[in-house]
Amino acid sequence: MLSYFLRRLILVLPVAFGVSVVCFALVQIAPGDPLTAIMPVDATAEQQAAMRAAYGLDKPVPVQYLIWISNLLQGEMGRSIASGRPVADEVFGAVGNSLLLAAAAAVIAFPIGTFLGFLAGYFRDTLLDRAVTALSITGVSVPNYWLGIVLVIIFSVNLGWLPSMGAGPGGSQDWQWDWAHMRHLVLPAVTLAVVPIGIVARTVRALAGDILSMDFVTALYAKGLSRGDVLRHVARNAAATALSVMGLQLGYLLGGSILIETVFNWPGSGFLLSNAIFQRDLPLLQGTILVLAMFFVGMNLIVDVAQAAIDPRIKRS
Amino acid sequence: MVQVTTDIPVVPPAQRGYWSGVLSRLRRDPVAMICAVILAALVLSAVFAPWLGLADPYQGSMIARLSAPGTPGHLLGTDEQGRDMLSRLIYGGRLTLFIGLMPVVLAFFIGGTLGIIAGYVGGITNTIIMRVVDVFFAFPSVLLAIAISGALGAGVLNSLVSLTIVFIPPVTRVAEAVTSGVRSLDYIDAARASGANALTVIRVHVIGNVLSPIFVYATSLTSVCMILAAGLSFLGIGVRPPEPEWGLMLNTLRSAIYVNPWLAALPGVMIFATSLCLNLLSDGLRSAMNVRD
Repeated sequence: MLSYFLRRLILVLPVAFGVSVVCFALVQIAPGDPLTAIMPVDATAEQQAAMRAAYGLDKPVPVQYLIWISNLLQGEMGRSIASGRPVADEVFGAVGNSLLLAAAAAVIAFPIGTFLGFLAGYFRDTLLDRAVTALSITGVSVPNYWLGIVLVIIFSVNLGWLPSMGAGPGGSQDWQWDWAHMRHLVLPAVTLAVVPIGIVARTVRALAGDILSMDFVTALYAKGLSRGDVLRHVARNAAATALSVMGLQLGYLLGGSILIETVFNWPGSGFLLSNAIFQRDLPLLQGTILVLAMFFVGMNLIVDVAQAAIDPRIKRS
Repeated sequence: MVQVTTDIPVVPPAQRGYWSGVLSRLRRDPVAMICAVILAALVLSAVFAPWLGLADPYQGSMIARLSAPGTPGHLLGTDEQGRDMLSRLIYGGRLTLFIGLMPVVLAFFIGGTLGIIAGYVGGITNTIIMRVVDVFFAFPSVLLAIAISGALGAGVLNSLVSLTIVFIPPVTRVAEAVTSGVRSLDYIDAARASGANALTVIRVHVIGNVLSPIFVYATSLTSVCMILAAGLSFLGIGVRPPEPEWGLMLNTLRSAIYVNPWLAALPGVMIFATSLCLNLLSDGLRSAMNVRD
């Protein structure tokens, strides 16, 4: 198991390197001079050159990359142009809020998706199956930023049951596990959960259908096992694939929450990202993307290893 | 020209049979046909919008702002600047559908070519192409689209570029997988042994066998691309105002949810309906082509 983990880890390193190159390139493809935001308009040519040298922008691009990556490895991600605070502080605070939202959505989506998908797969080609299939296609087709607005219209504007924005009375800094704060989580988490419900239900339906039609299921029934015991075998067979889909979905939830955070003014990484974009705060943009992408890479690694731990067939292939 | 005529007897008979079979199976699928009709209506009304006798989609009115659907003269009401909603929704289809579908078309050609090359040539070429693809797979698609669009800035062309970059890697990966599957079959070896060069083998024996799975896969991406494209405009990093575009309209009408909530939700209904139809049509196409995933 340990050697499998190390092998996967070695495979991840080039990907992580590539991700850092892409994030570095983001600033390079941005139009305009990165210094225009902080450079005084009447700066002389010498002052501009001095400023350029101070930020290392007079060096060739590969050298700039090396300087950037070596700073990064020491935990130094530069400073936000807009706030002047270290990028790392801003990003990690916001990512925590995003994780909270993504985890809440996962807690809603995964059990519901699994349950619906299993029902559809078990009662294949019945009315129930068709209803679940229709529901999951609707789930993956709905633009969730629009669904968020619709939920706000229903539950905040019309019914007045739930708040439409923010992360609680005290702002983002003092999250507490009480209803006053958690009621702010309900609408964004439900909105975010709709797409993964559809995807998980679809996957589990296909899995359950495939496994139930395998010979070993017939053999188990023939052996005299009860329905519950057979289902335990089926679940064991489906677990690895189902878990890997859910692990990836958790990563997508974190990356995909950007639009939802904008709709609900949730103070997470997506909210930070859209502020960074509008203030042309490139170091902050770069740092946020890098942290989110690296989180996704790590998530993939964990999923791979967990999958191999559950299903020994994967390790051998 | 001479070469084209000598080629004709080799390929078309089988191909024509296959695609007409797919079409006739698709025609018997009521859900897919309804979706195809709705999509065709959306595309045609968007293309021919200037000739439909609609109100000017840019002409606002200070006194007729946010009027409810059903107001005389404005079948679907007016937006926050008093512009006719029906007209803006139909005109909005032009940019939304274009930016929502074009990236997948581009990614189908670019990613398909890259994937077929990687799968057929193999070796170091395959390693280089597929490792680069792996890197882009490390980004959730929404994040990558927003990152590139955010860095490049708003604009139609920038949205097209960023979404095309987002969809090339998945198409490449599927194209590579199906091509290397076909590559190991005996008839490819036979063709190579008989002296055909790589281009001829790809054109005659590979493309016909890998095109339909790649095509079906690409159609399954269109719905996500639509949602993402409108999402970029919704965030303010896609189409610029005052252009009518569904995502952008959803964004600017958000402030109206306390005044006229259902009016504010209308542009989203268009995005939803389009993406649902694209998904259902793609599913229908998948079963009509007998592609299994």
